[in-house]
Amino acid sequence: MTDLTAHDTDTVLRAILRDVLGLSAERAAGLDSATGLFGAMPELDSMAVAGLLTEMEDRFDIVIEDDEVDGEMLETYGNLLSFAADKRAAATRA
Amino acid sequence: MASWPCPGPGGVTEELAITFKAGRTARLLIVPPLFEEMNRTRRLLVETMRRLDAAGIDSFLPDLPGCNESTQSFEAQSLHGWRAAMALAARHFAATHVLAVRGGALVFPVALPGWVLEPVKGATILRQMVRARVIAAREAGSSEDSAELLEAGRSEGLELAGYRLGAALVAGLESARPEDEGQREIRQSDLGGGALWLRSEPGESPEQAGALARIIAEGIDA
Repeated sequence: MTDLTAHDTDTVLRAILRDVLGLSAERAAGLDSATGLFGAMPELDSMAVAGLLTEMEDRFDIVIEDDEVDGEMLETYGNLLSFAADKRAAATRA
Repeated sequence: MASWPCPGPGGVTEELAITFKAGRTARLLIVPPLFEEMNRTRRLLVETMRRLDAAGIDSFLPDLPGCNESTQSFEAQSLHGWRAAMALAARHFAATHVLAVRGGALVFPVALPGWVLEPVKGATILRQMVRARVIAAREAGSSEDSAELLEAGRSEGLELAGYRLGAALVAGLESARPEDEGQREIRQSDLGGGALWLRSEPGESPEQAGALARIIAEGIDA
């Protein structure tokens, strides 16, 4: 994966979180790899997580299986970003 | 507000609609999104109607039977029933144009000219709600499987996102695709900003309402 693609995944993921959670542009830009998500952001309930995953599938053109969704993947922005990057890389190879 | 007669499984009921009407020539029926997205887009749609009113266009936003203020049972609803209801509403309000939003594109009167805003497949709507249920179950320490839930839902119906979906609605959603053919598709990027139906908390956007009303008013004038 090139740096350009990694940068792109980061940009798109921030945009998705901004849209789903109604974050301001500043808050979305301020997300770093340690920023807590599920459990840390009250807006992110199970409905919002489902919306987030569906939107990720749509914009990244990937499929996320039930058993891939766990607390760890959703724990921080960094974890979610590396999950998305791995899925995109796998989808591109396929 | 206005009411319109709509037959349901328990006989004809009066369903409510938000209306901006002054007997004008251009009359827009708005078919709302399904489930939670209906609530999330309501303020956007009502603000759009207000602007259309100022532009000399009547508009009508009916409840889908079983939803919102409707007295019909939600469990008794199906896509077929909603399609029939929206066709009736179009006749009752003598609509000349239609705007179908998201899942509304699965049930709108296709013969009317107009627009669909970000239409979505039934299977996508269902998948997202099933996923929310599976995640909530896991959070509560139990485990549910999407495929098994859907299998059961097809025969017995399914409780999703606070709605009790009947078996007919589950089966209908699994295969339903947006039915727009002659209508123009409006994308979120045409409105600017983030999509309000994605928001976990209902929001509003005067800018997006303005853009949506402008697209419709210009289309009706053309």
